[in-house]
Amino acid sequence: MSNETLMTRRGLFMKLGIFVNGVVAAILAVPIVRFLLSSVTLGRENAYTAWVPLGRVGEFPEGETRLATFRNPYVAPTDGKTADSACWVRRIEGDQFQVFAVNCAHLGCPVRWFPQSGLFMCPCHGGAYYRDGSRASGPPERGLFEYPFKVEDGVVTIQAGELPTPGPSASAGEHIEGRPPCA
Amino acid sequence: MRVIARIAEWFDHRLQLAAPIRDAAEHPVPRNTASWWYVFGSAALIVFCLQLVTGILLAMVYVPSADEAWSSLQTLNHAVVFGWFVRALHGWGSNFMIAIVLIHMVQVFLFGAFKYPRELTWILGVFLLLMTLAMAFTGQVMRFDQDAYWGLGIGASIASRVPLAGPAIVKLMLGGPIIAGATLSRFFTLHVFVVPGTLIALVCLHVLMVLNLGINEWPMPGRLVRRATYEREYHELTKTDGAPFFPYAIWKDMFFAAFILLAVGACAWYFGPFGPTGRPDPTIIQTVPKPDYFFLWLYAVLSLLPPSLETPALLIGPVIAIAALLLLPFLSGEGEKSWKRRPIAVVTVMLIAIMLGTFTHLAGYAPWSPHMNAWSGDPVPERLLVGTTALQRQGALVFQAKQCRNCHALGDTGGERGPRLDGVAVRLTQDQLIRQVIQGGGNMPAYGKNLSPAETTALVAFLETLHPAGQAPAREAARDVVLGAGVEKRASAKP
Repeated sequence: MSNETLMTRRGLFMKLGIFVNGVVAAILAVPIVRFLLSSVTLGRENAYTAWVPLGRVGEFPEGETRLATFRNPYVAPTDGKTADSACWVRRIEGDQFQVFAVNCAHLGCPVRWFPQSGLFMCPCHGGAYYRDGSRASGPPERGLFEYPFKVEDGVVTIQAGELPTPGPSASAGEHIEGRPPCA
Repeated sequence: MRVIARIAEWFDHRLQLAAPIRDAAEHPVPRNTASWWYVFGSAALIVFCLQLVTGILLAMVYVPSADEAWSSLQTLNHAVVFGWFVRALHGWGSNFMIAIVLIHMVQVFLFGAFKYPRELTWILGVFLLLMTLAMAFTGQVMRFDQDAYWGLGIGASIASRVPLAGPAIVKLMLGGPIIAGATLSRFFTLHVFVVPGTLIALVCLHVLMVLNLGINEWPMPGRLVRRATYEREYHELTKTDGAPFFPYAIWKDMFFAAFILLAVGACAWYFGPFGPTGRPDPTIIQTVPKPDYFFLWLYAVLSLLPPSLETPALLIGPVIAIAALLLLPFLSGEGEKSWKRRPIAVVTVMLIAIMLGTFTHLAGYAPWSPHMNAWSGDPVPERLLVGTTALQRQGALVFQAKQCRNCHALGDTGGERGPRLDGVAVRLTQDQLIRQVIQGGGNMPAYGKNLSPAETTALVAFLETLHPAGQAPAREAARDVVLGAGVEKRASAKP
C-alpha cells in the first residue's frame, strides 16, 4: 500500500466534516426547495381555480358583449386591487354564453371590444378577434381564451383563478376556438 | 498633520491595505490607453454606485406590496422632499447605465479587448450586461403601475411558451396563479437582493481581472495577438511606453464620471421621474402598455414576427445570442485587434445598431396597432364627398361607423396597420373590393358577418370613388368584354 492511499486522521475528519455538512445541507434543502416551489405545487393540486359569479343573466343583454369583473378566488391579504380581474361576457341568446379572458392570446395585453366593427382589438401588438373569440388577424396563433361557464339560479358563473397564458396547458386555454364552452 | 498620519498608520498596521491599493492605483498602463475611449467602464461603475445609493434611498419609503406600492410611489413623487428627484435619478441612472454598458461593450469589441488573455473578463462582462438588463426589467416592475402589471403579463406569456415546463415557470415567476402581491414581492427580492448582489460580486471580479491582466493596449493594425508571446509583449510595452494609471490616466475617467453624473442629474431635474402611470388595477383595460425605452425594440420584434416563428424566436433567439457572445473570445481569441482590419466586426456592430435603432423607432409609433380611438374622432373628409351619390355617401357613413380608420388612413388621419385608402380604387376593382371587405385576408379581418349586403354595396360604392383626380379607377377588362362594352368601344374607334 502506497503512502498516498493511506487515510490520515486529519484527512478522515475533513472528509467526515464535508460529509456531515452535505447531509445537513440536503436535509435543509428539502423545506427550502419546497418553499421556493410552493406556488407551482399548489397549482398542481388544483387549489387555484374555483367557480366565481359574474352577475345575473339579465345584466347581459342578448346579442351583446359586456365587460364583467370578478374577484380572484385565490387571494392574499396584500393583493389589493390586483386580485380583481375582468372578462368579456358575450350572451349569444338565452343561457348560451361565451366568456372570454381579457388577456390577448398573443402576449396577454388587455383586449377591448368594439361593437361597431364587431372585433376585439389588442392595443399592444395588433391582434384582432371576431365576436366569437376566433382569431381575425395579427400575431395571435389562436382565438381568445374562454372560461368554462355555467348558469345557476340565473347567475352566470365561470371557473377562473389562473392567469390565462398561451402556453401548452394553461387552465383557461383548454377551450379551443370553435368548440362550444362546456356548461 | 502628524496626528492624522499616525492614526492612518495605526489603521494600516492592522488593515494592511495601503500597499495593495497603492500598487493597484500606480500599476503601469500603456501610455496610449489614457484615452477618452477608455472611460466607459469606469463610468458604468460610477452610475452603478449612483443606482445603489438612490436605490437604498428609495427603499426607505417604497412599500413592496401590491396594495400599496403605487401609493408609496405617489408619496415619493409628491409628499417626500426631493422624493421625485431621487426617483428621477434612479430612473435616468438606469437608462444611462444600459447605454454606457452597451457603449463599453461595443468599444471593447471593436478594440479587440476580448482576445487572449482577457476572455473571462469579456464573459463576465456579458453576464454583467444581462444583469443590467435584468435590473432594468425588474426595476420596471417596481414602478408598480399599469405598464408594470401588463409587462409582467407579457413576461408570463413568453415564459408559458417553454415546452413542458411553461405553466410551472409561470407560477414560479408570478408566485401564484395570477399577477398579485406575491409577484411584486419576488421581483422586489430580485431587484434589491439577488441581482444587485450578483452584480456587485461580478463587478469586483471584472475589475480585479482588469487590474491583474492590465488594460487592453491601443490596438495597432498589424500587431497580432499570439498566445505564446502576447503577455511578454504587453509587459514590455508597459515598461517601455507605460505610465502609472494614477494619475496619468485616471483624470479622464474622473472628468467623464463627473460629466455623466451631471448628465443624469440634469435629465432627472429637467424631465423628472418616470411615472407611475395608472393604478395597477386589472379591471381597468383602457390602457396601452409599453415597455421602457431599452425594451422597445423587443416590443417591435414581437409585433412584426410571423406568428409561426414567434415561439421559436422567443425561446431560441436569446440562447443563440448569448451563446454567440460567450463563444466570441474562443472563436476569435487571437489575431488582429484593430477594428481597421476587422471589417466583419465593424459591419456586425453597425448592422445590430441599425436593427435595434429601427425597431426602437418603429415602436415609437407602433404602426402595427389599430388606432383604438379613431372611430368617433375622425370623420371622412368633406372634399371626398363632393359630387357623390346618395349610395356613396351612405358608404362613407358605413366607413366611419365600422371603424375602418382604426387601421386605414384616409386623408392623412387613421391607423397605419392597413394600407392607406386614398387611392384604393386605382389598385382594386369593384369585385376585388367586395371580396376584400367580405372575406378579409392579408391580415385584414373578414367583415362579411358584420356588414349587411346593403352596407357592403354602399361601402364599396364609396371606396370606388377614392382615386386621384385624372386617374381612372381600376376596372376588370374581362368584364367589359362580357358585357360587350369593350367590343362597342373598339367598333366605334375604327375609322
